[in-house]
Amino acid sequence: MKKLSARRRHPLAALVVLLFALAATGGLYAALAPAPKAQADDSAQSLAIDEGKRLYSVGCATCHGMNGQGSSDGPSLVGVGSAAVDFQVGTGRMPAQQPGAQIPKKKNIYSQGEIDQIAAYIASLGPGPSIPTKEEYSPAGADIAKGGELFRTNCSQCHNFVGKGGALTDGKFAPSLKGVDPKHIYEAMQTGPQNMPSFPDTTMPQDTKADIIAYLREVDSSSSKNPGGFTLGTLGPVPEGLFAWVFGLGTLLGIAVWMAARTTKAKKS
Amino acid sequence: MSESGSHNDVSENLPGEHGARGSEPAVKSDPFANPGLPPHEYRRQDIDERSAKHSERIVAGLYTLSMLGTIAFIACFVIFDIDKYVYIFPFGHVSALNFSLGLTLSVALLGIGVGSVHWARTLMSDEEIVDERHRADADDELRENIRQQWITGAKESGFGRRRLIRSTLYGALALVPLSSIVILRDLGPLPRNSLAHTLWSKGKVLINSNTNMPLRPEDVAVGSLTFGQPQGLSEADEDFQDQIAKSAVMIVRLKPEDIQDKREADWGHEGIVVFSKICTHVGCPISLYEQQTHHVLCPCHQSTFDLSDGARVIFGPAGHPLPQLRIGVNADGNLVALGDFSSPVGPAYWERP
Repeated sequence: MKKLSARRRHPLAALVVLLFALAATGGLYAALAPAPKAQADDSAQSLAIDEGKRLYSVGCATCHGMNGQGSSDGPSLVGVGSAAVDFQVGTGRMPAQQPGAQIPKKKNIYSQGEIDQIAAYIASLGPGPSIPTKEEYSPAGADIAKGGELFRTNCSQCHNFVGKGGALTDGKFAPSLKGVDPKHIYEAMQTGPQNMPSFPDTTMPQDTKADIIAYLREVDSSSSKNPGGFTLGTLGPVPEGLFAWVFGLGTLLGIAVWMAARTTKAKKS
Repeated sequence: MSESGSHNDVSENLPGEHGARGSEPAVKSDPFANPGLPPHEYRRQDIDERSAKHSERIVAGLYTLSMLGTIAFIACFVIFDIDKYVYIFPFGHVSALNFSLGLTLSVALLGIGVGSVHWARTLMSDEEIVDERHRADADDELRENIRQQWITGAKESGFGRRRLIRSTLYGALALVPLSSIVILRDLGPLPRNSLAHTLWSKGKVLINSNTNMPLRPEDVAVGSLTFGQPQGLSEADEDFQDQIAKSAVMIVRLKPEDIQDKREADWGHEGIVVFSKICTHVGCPISLYEQQTHHVLCPCHQSTFDLSDGARVIFGPAGHPLPQLRIGVNADGNLVALGDFSSPVGPAYWERP
């Protein structure tokens, strides 16, 4: 130490200190700086995008264009986000079997891994809603009563008051929500598939979406409580009135006819 | 003319047959004569007293069952908690209280009904009785009698002679109904112009019904649907239902180039347009919005409105387009109304401008 201290006024001392400082700064930077994204060509994300583009060009590009720009047969997918892909492909709606008023749900032929790869590719085309995490769509701890209120305000006009679905114009319809994966319900609200309007987080925050999912879970199971008894499909006043008129009145008429047809006379004639 | 067995059977109830035997031709004096009633047949209960006793016991038993039903009804009402649910096979998880009350009440009512029917059919008299219908009008003598009494009464009252009495009576009878007009007129205030106006006015902030927070233009995405209400309206307000029934709105955003109606575009903000949620046919809440076609469908009678063309009616019984709310953005960056609706909301009424 004494030796070093004695040479501190040496003409080359400043140069040596400078070299040490530069080496330390460079070394620290190399060790601590975050890896730049542009160089992460072999990262998992990039591989997923490549894989997704391959799947896209096989299954989707015919209608949506080679680069997702859309065509006369399908809308542009720029900016729809990974949530839209997960919903459309995950419920089997896409790839569509044939064009029509509405693309119905069918058997899904992709694995979740493949869906995630296509979703990664579509998400890379432009910013959009991303696939929700389990914590976001989980109905655990949500307010079921509030969810019911929100559902009746925002959703019941098309999907019926317990999510049984209903008819729209020109062959379009609001599908039944029975047995739909909570993740897909969440994504549908976020992205507004086909003719359904979207309910983005800015107007319907994440916790209120979870409330709605919790309400649907509550009314849509084999153990759902039903104060009235016979639900008749929970379709509302039309089947209930029909049932009362046909079966209620029919039974009364039947009893009246049966009573009048049976004689009480001792001599049966 | 042969006398066959079947002929005798058929003629059992026909009159005049007994005289028409032998070689004389069977000429019926009146072929359409009233055949009269068939002979009365007795029920087992009329003949057999044991059988009657048995019926009596059945009726009494049904009435007793009804009493037990009522007692069980009261017992179920006391026993079952309103939150108790039980599983009953074809119905699923039902409220124990509702189910037991319905069951016991139906036993109580059916006991009385079935018992009474059984009583009437087996024990009450079932002798056929003929009651001839008589003329509906009175005979001439009675009519003349009444007419004379009326003339005498009118003469004695002096109604025709004392004109002052007659005139004042007419006046009194004419005025009496006025009292009911006055009292019925005072049943409530007239609606005045409340049908034509809502809570919306210049500067009122649009509140998102989901969050109860003001809406900003950047919150409303293209293709989204949001329901709104005017600032300052709270569910605790006494007139909340009256006010929200008129002022509920739906907020949608279209691509500005998709809006075909110039006034609609001018009254919106960067493609955000706000329309009344109340159908102009009979006032149903209307919000079956198809975001690709921009059509809004009414669930009640399928009136369809095109939100990209001034909410024009394109199908159904509605007579007017949906009223639009003119909006802008205030200094805080929130969406605000720039006045009331373009026309009265909801169904038409006589004085509708």
